[in-house]
Amino acid sequence: MKPNAQPDVTKAVEMRNITKTFGPVVANDRVCLTLEKGEILALLGENGSGKTTLMNMLSGIYLQDSGEILVCNRPVTIRSPKDAYALGIGMIHQHFKLVDVLTAAENIVLGLKGGHTVNRREINARVREIAGRYGFDIDPAKKIYNMSVSEKQTVEIIKALYRGADILILDEPTAVLTPQETTKLFAVLRMMKAHGKSIIIITHKLGEVMEISDRVAILRKGEYIATVRTAETTRQDLTEMMVGRRVKLEIDRPVCPRGDRKLHVTGLTCVSREGVTKLKDVALDAFGGEILGVAGVAGSGQKELCETITGLKPIQAGSILYRYTRGGATVEENIAGMSADKIAQRGISLAFVPEDRLGMGLVANMNIVDNVILRSYQENAGMLINRKKYRPVCENMIRELDIVTPGLSTPVRRLSGGNVQKVLLGREILSRPQVLICAYPVRGLDIVSSYRIYALLNAEKQKGNAVIFIGEDLDVLMDISDRILVLCGGQVSGVVDPRASTKEEIGLMMTRIGREKVGGIA
Amino acid sequence: MSYGITNILNFLNMAVLASAPLLLATLGEILTEKSGNLNLGVEGMMFMGAIASLGAAYSYEQAVTLAGGMPSPLLATLIAAGAAAAAGALGALIYAFLVVTLRANQNVTGLTLTIFGTGFANFFGELIGKQAGGFVQVSAATKAMFGNLDMGALSQIPVLGPLLFRYNWMVYFGLVAMLVMAWFLGRSRRGLNLRAVGENPATADAAGVNVARYKYMATIAGGALCGLGGMYISMSSTACAGVWVHNCVNGYGWLAVALVIFATWSPTRAWLCGLVFGGLLVVRNYYPIPGLPMQIYSMFPYIATILVLVFASIRQVKEHAQPASCGLNYFREER
Amino acid sequence: MTHAHDPFVRVVKRTNIERSKVVLFRLTALVGALLAGALLVALLGYDPAQMYGDMVSGAIKGFIGVNKKGVLAFTNASQATIKIMTLLLVSALGLTMAFKMRFWNIGGEGQILVGAICSSYVAIQFGDTWPQWLILPAMFLAGCVGGGLYGLLPAIFKARWGTNETLFTLMLNYIALNFITYLQYQPSWQITGTSFPKIRDFADSTQLPGVLGVHIGWIIALLLAVLVYLYFAKTKQGYEITVVGESANTARYAGMNVTRIILRTMFISGAICGFAGFLQVSGADGTLTTDTAGGAGFTAITVAWLAGMNPLLMIVYSFFIAILERGSNRIQTTMGIPKSAADMLIGIILFFMLGVEFFINYRLVFRARHRKEEAAA
Repeated sequence: MKPNAQPDVTKAVEMRNITKTFGPVVANDRVCLTLEKGEILALLGENGSGKTTLMNMLSGIYLQDSGEILVCNRPVTIRSPKDAYALGIGMIHQHFKLVDVLTAAENIVLGLKGGHTVNRREINARVREIAGRYGFDIDPAKKIYNMSVSEKQTVEIIKALYRGADILILDEPTAVLTPQETTKLFAVLRMMKAHGKSIIIITHKLGEVMEISDRVAILRKGEYIATVRTAETTRQDLTEMMVGRRVKLEIDRPVCPRGDRKLHVTGLTCVSREGVTKLKDVALDAFGGEILGVAGVAGSGQKELCETITGLKPIQAGSILYRYTRGGATVEENIAGMSADKIAQRGISLAFVPEDRLGMGLVANMNIVDNVILRSYQENAGMLINRKKYRPVCENMIRELDIVTPGLSTPVRRLSGGNVQKVLLGREILSRPQVLICAYPVRGLDIVSSYRIYALLNAEKQKGNAVIFIGEDLDVLMDISDRILVLCGGQVSGVVDPRASTKEEIGLMMTRIGREKVGGIA
Repeated sequence: MSYGITNILNFLNMAVLASAPLLLATLGEILTEKSGNLNLGVEGMMFMGAIASLGAAYSYEQAVTLAGGMPSPLLATLIAAGAAAAAGALGALIYAFLVVTLRANQNVTGLTLTIFGTGFANFFGELIGKQAGGFVQVSAATKAMFGNLDMGALSQIPVLGPLLFRYNWMVYFGLVAMLVMAWFLGRSRRGLNLRAVGENPATADAAGVNVARYKYMATIAGGALCGLGGMYISMSSTACAGVWVHNCVNGYGWLAVALVIFATWSPTRAWLCGLVFGGLLVVRNYYPIPGLPMQIYSMFPYIATILVLVFASIRQVKEHAQPASCGLNYFREER
Repeated sequence: MTHAHDPFVRVVKRTNIERSKVVLFRLTALVGALLAGALLVALLGYDPAQMYGDMVSGAIKGFIGVNKKGVLAFTNASQATIKIMTLLLVSALGLTMAFKMRFWNIGGEGQILVGAICSSYVAIQFGDTWPQWLILPAMFLAGCVGGGLYGLLPAIFKARWGTNETLFTLMLNYIALNFITYLQYQPSWQITGTSFPKIRDFADSTQLPGVLGVHIGWIIALLLAVLVYLYFAKTKQGYEITVVGESANTARYAGMNVTRIILRTMFISGAICGFAGFLQVSGADGTLTTDTAGGAGFTAITVAWLAGMNPLLMIVYSFFIAILERGSNRIQTTMGIPKSAADMLIGIILFFMLGVEFFINYRLVFRARHRKEEAAA
């Protein structure tokens, strides 16, 4: 570049041949990307395609191994988030980077230069000014841990704007929002664009890409594929570029006869140790041959629902009737109030794929065999543990589910997300459950793995078992479920037939029960 | 004044004196933990401060005397304080280097620092003692500098005089340190950043705070305070008072680590809790319980610590809790 | 021009490293630590070569041979070392039970002492009347149960409320130590007719038989190491401990009774440490003093950690640390170097070992090399 070249003012960011590796994994392989001034660019790709890694290099979290970054046509080195802010780049991470015990205002000014003391009045005034300009609603003195997900997101965006960001990166911003909140966020993004901000939005949802973006850049397995104008493309074309081949976008919903009522929950109430009511009078029925979807804003009681049914969390009231076969006879037993080890002792196999795969479902540092025996090691008589017996079982599982692993002795933490989930789900299915509870079973998985999981769940349903699917992506829930139960603030706000409802209707049920608005959800 | 009142005044007076080293070390550990570093090496750093202050003051006096001069007690005091702070900071620096830069396990590193510091202090204590021909001690003038102050008329005020104005300078120093730290953590911009580092280093990092620098600074400053706490024991406490006593710190560092929990990571509460513990440490000398042997009575501070730990664990609150990242190391590029 | 701003050094995680290289790294660190110790000693005006030489010869001179009585036995020097090693090894094995569960039992010292106190109680009460075949098992049992219960106490609070076990167990150390001081003032524990605060020597019947000149405890300790190794590798209980240690959430999810596992394991952990206390009073010392544990509860943490929680490796490390400890007594007499040098040296070794883990897990790539690698790619 010549030192006095006329700057091409239309380009806010240009990334050239960016490569980033983590050990043997090439997360980004010579990726190029251009962001024009005043546009909304969608960065599209499957989970694991390297979108977030690429943006983390722009925001100074990572440093690229090779390649160069230009901001407003000037080559720059971004070693830290501080450098990024100095260049006017702000990123809103998928997992919000906020300090829980501090207030919104304290979070916003964190790390900024200024006087020795923190002048709260002055900060609050400026925060209100920014909020007013773009149409946000915020209380600067509110502590983060008292906030709803969308409020936290608002704080994150204001934090970036407060620091004078002209280039905003949002990582999967709608993942945790209701359809209504998403609409509101998009309105704010358009407003910011009108104010001349340049925006990158990372997503894997095609609907959103078509709705909000001007152009789309596509990554696949760490490689750059193309950038296209949104107006000139279609969903099918984008999918093809994203996955690398034609895939059908529909999820199967096989028709099965409805079986027995396997699980009958009534009046379930759960209060946390801090005294917060997490579940209130929850009732649900799960039938064999059916997938029951559970929808709700993050933190509406999904986790508590799973953990109370499986005996991991104590309950204050309610009954959980579980129907199973014991000694040839079918019995219905109330397992409410039994702890998980008690349930296991009774020989009840309630299969549960928890949200926290490596922190609850599996032991990250143990190998596949040691993880597969986790649920059944006690079946063996005597003091000793019999690992040999399980080796062929594991080998079989690896073959059947196409689990990619260097070997049986590799710790599961070394496996990719999709393979980790296959080990977990595979083990749970191994126990021949009649009820299978899955919390966010495809979170973070690529499309091929996700469809594999859908197929496994449908197979369980076709075997006549009951499947409970806790999901966050409403589109998926509406495609796969036979019925959807909507949670709102720990209560059931309704059970709907997905074939006869719209996303917006369910979205509304997620934020209100009847006419009453619940919680601090904006 | 009746015996009862004199006794209670003496007791309170001694409680304040006994609390001073605890307070300094507790403040040091609060500062350290606020950065997310759980440094279990307090005991070791106190040991290092204890021997460094004594050794430095002694060496200074010896050098001046040898040159035919008169050692200045004030200078000896300053040298002792500087050496104590530097030694504590050195221990903390080793800890910070291993934990922050080399990402070592915090628990094990802290324990190691305690083992090292204890060995270090006893080693040099005995070595200098041997060279001094028996045991090492500083001059009477320097000892006096670490004794209780006489503030003239103020010290003579009935009740209030002995209660407030008859302590050695380190007691007042601890009070000032407490106030400065309360202001720093609660009001200052750097304090805010530090708290963010301890709560959520990834967030602080993304907000442009230099996480490693804050962790180093807080840990080293905390170590310096612990070192000063150690100096109190070797120079001011009645058990040592300017003479090296083998194993002199004897658990004070661990009490300080527990006090941090008791004080719920607040400098002001650390001062109050320190006083309570100071009282527990000396109460047996003022209020003997008939039929209770002294050796059993002297278990009280430890039993109290356990009760405090249990109490703190039963009552759990979101705020006033241990900084969330405490005990965990942070690496930006980990995945 | 891209590289002009490259950082000077970057840290890259290693994916796999050969075992031989790991061993080499650790050995280098060990040598480095010993050299650092040598440097320090040299700065103080002593001869480091002589120091290390005296240490080793003082600790294991001759090691084993036929003594004057014509019997095969450990030499005088090595006998003391084997005794220290036994204490360290047994304590480290006990602590490992807890550490595998990520239960930071820093109370080994206290559990050793309470085990010793309970064994001593039996010895004081019945030592003069009961025969040896009865008194020794009774002392053994008392020591294990005492140590076990002392380990159980913090576990109850940990399991119920998550009470900080590091400080809890630590405070228990001081309480146990104070209690021995108390016992020293009890006339029934003192030498009859004196009031000197010292616990009397126990009857001969309370003393363990010797093998090769050292009480039989050293053989039991070696067997125990194998046993603990098998416990973790082959049994359900060992598996449960590992799962609880990795994640209590997962354990609960898997239908394990986490509370019971924590209590059981801490009882065993304390009981093994209590057993070490029994060995001290019935084998090594023949009485109870405030020095019965002598800091072994802390040093054993070092042993367990250096061995990476591997019970078999602990045999090697406890021997190594025992040489340092015993050798430091020697250099105090021959060279006038205070024996606290051993503690300081152990600290330095640990610092180096902690540091070297970084180089085992990560690789440093310097700017110049980075460019070369890139050009080659």
